[in-house]
Amino acid sequence: MNTEKPLLIKRLWVVSFSLLLVLFAAMFLGLSLGSSHSGIKAVFQNLLGIGPQDPMLDTIIWKIRFPRILLATLVGGTLSLGGLVFQAILKNPLAEPYILGISGGSAIGAIIGILMGLLRFPGVSLMAFSGSIGTLLLILVMSSGHTILKKDALLLSGVMVNAFCGAVIMFLVSLTQDARLHNIIFWLMGDLSMVDMPQVGILAAMLLPCFFLVFWFSNSMNLLLMGKEMAQTMGINVKAVTVTLLVATSFMVSTTVSYCGLVGFVGLVVPHLLRLLFGPDHRVLVPACVLGGGAYLVFCDVLARTLPDQGEMPAGVITAMIGAPLFIYLLKKTRR
Amino acid sequence: MAIDVKNLNFFYGNIPALKDLSFSVTQGDFFIIIGPNGSGKTTLMKVMAGIFKPKTGRLKILNRTLENYTRKDLAQTMAFVPQMMPVDFPFSVIEVVLMGRSPYMGMLGIEQETDLKIAEQALAFTGVDHLAHRKLDQLSGGEQQRVFVARAICQEPEIILLDEPTASLDLAHQIRLMDLMEKLKNETGITVVMVSHDVNLAAMYCDRLLLLKNGEMVCLGPPDEVLTFQTLEAAYGCTLLVDESPLGKVPRITPVPHKYIHRE
Repeated sequence: MNTEKPLLIKRLWVVSFSLLLVLFAAMFLGLSLGSSHSGIKAVFQNLLGIGPQDPMLDTIIWKIRFPRILLATLVGGTLSLGGLVFQAILKNPLAEPYILGISGGSAIGAIIGILMGLLRFPGVSLMAFSGSIGTLLLILVMSSGHTILKKDALLLSGVMVNAFCGAVIMFLVSLTQDARLHNIIFWLMGDLSMVDMPQVGILAAMLLPCFFLVFWFSNSMNLLLMGKEMAQTMGINVKAVTVTLLVATSFMVSTTVSYCGLVGFVGLVVPHLLRLLFGPDHRVLVPACVLGGGAYLVFCDVLARTLPDQGEMPAGVITAMIGAPLFIYLLKKTRR
Repeated sequence: MAIDVKNLNFFYGNIPALKDLSFSVTQGDFFIIIGPNGSGKTTLMKVMAGIFKPKTGRLKILNRTLENYTRKDLAQTMAFVPQMMPVDFPFSVIEVVLMGRSPYMGMLGIEQETDLKIAEQALAFTGVDHLAHRKLDQLSGGEQQRVFVARAICQEPEIILLDEPTASLDLAHQIRLMDLMEKLKNETGITVVMVSHDVNLAAMYCDRLLLLKNGEMVCLGPPDEVLTFQTLEAAYGCTLLVDESPLGKVPRITPVPHKYIHRE
């Protein structure tokens, strides 16, 4: 028998390196394009530090676009990873933080935090985290009983959780008649525009350890897909792995929600695409989701910034317009 | 003793599922557990696999109580092939079989040359080496089942537990799988413990049979002792004919349909 399967390490490098290139390309695009129409040439000059420099462009690139691109990278990577983890643990290729209602739960928590006048970090983030854990428990209670085991049922419960969260959010927002109403609604649709570098730094410090934690458990996720029982008899501590991954994922997702609201379907589109390209091995998919998801959201954000003639739209609008049709297609395909 | 069970009790909530079971499985045996639906066969298997914790009683694997095993130790001693279920994620055959090496690998499961070699040998042994790079979900039920057996062999266990491995397989694949388990037992000395619904298939392959009913042991012994008219009718509660299989000294069981009972 011939085994042409390259060793894992080699595959990991090839995949990570190629996706890193994609990410850099998306980042460059993100730095170059925007509402101020300064040519690619000027951006190149600024990046390389050669030729005549435009101080205005310098500010736009490094004070506005750069933190925004880093934010999009972190958020896109987190949401893709979140989708990947939920898909593995619930053994449902359609699971995703937004679809399951985890993001919605975080948003309720975050809004309460915002309306209480808390700081984004740590107050609002902590509130979002409690919201996500609450939703997670609700989902787990519903999916562990004997009533809701079917795939569709779990998703249906997610839709209901989402509808409920949406109603609660509007309820809270309407009650207060807050002057920042427009901002909150914009934020809800996934807005990447409201950060500066220190905030990106805090976010990265919270998210990067989680990325490594999930990678540490990536092989366990492979085994879990063979079924809890088989995984356990192959030496996996199923309960510990599941709880750790779910809590870490909820933490990551809720943190991103508290920074930029609800960006939906990224966790569905990216893992699905990467699985098609690189196969279902989570040891490859985890780093691929971080890099590829980052690139994807940077790209969606570029569209969100450049498509409208004036101003911009939330990136969540673009991701939903791409993701929802794919979801419907996958739902039809995976039904038996 | 490969497996030694003493005064084992197991409950689902308040409902007793296994009642005061005591038996042992000799090393190198082909041991099959039969019994009607709901008799506790699968529960017993999951208790033996260490998935369910028994309420009371003692369970020894290779003369060592289950609590004295670490997860990895146990996985290196005993492998489990659960009932078939659909796999939605398109792993290739070789990837699945290599997972069986994880009790010997680090957290990330990075495979060495030896792991690949063992996986290839297991694939060859189970006769699915030509499928190594195919996706699992593209294979037939019989092929998938042999892939899962190859994965279990990769764990290099002393005991393999299988939960109804022939269910939903056609006749040819049933016999192939049973032949495979017999060959494994004969060539490697691995103890094979199986739950089965098919008494006739069990009779042809097993060294010893355990017949369960309502979580209790009805009978334990070689097939010609267990598979008698009296014990089977007591356990299954239906009319049966027991005679000798045309193959030789093996009991053959024919359940009798209602329309034939009043003819004579």
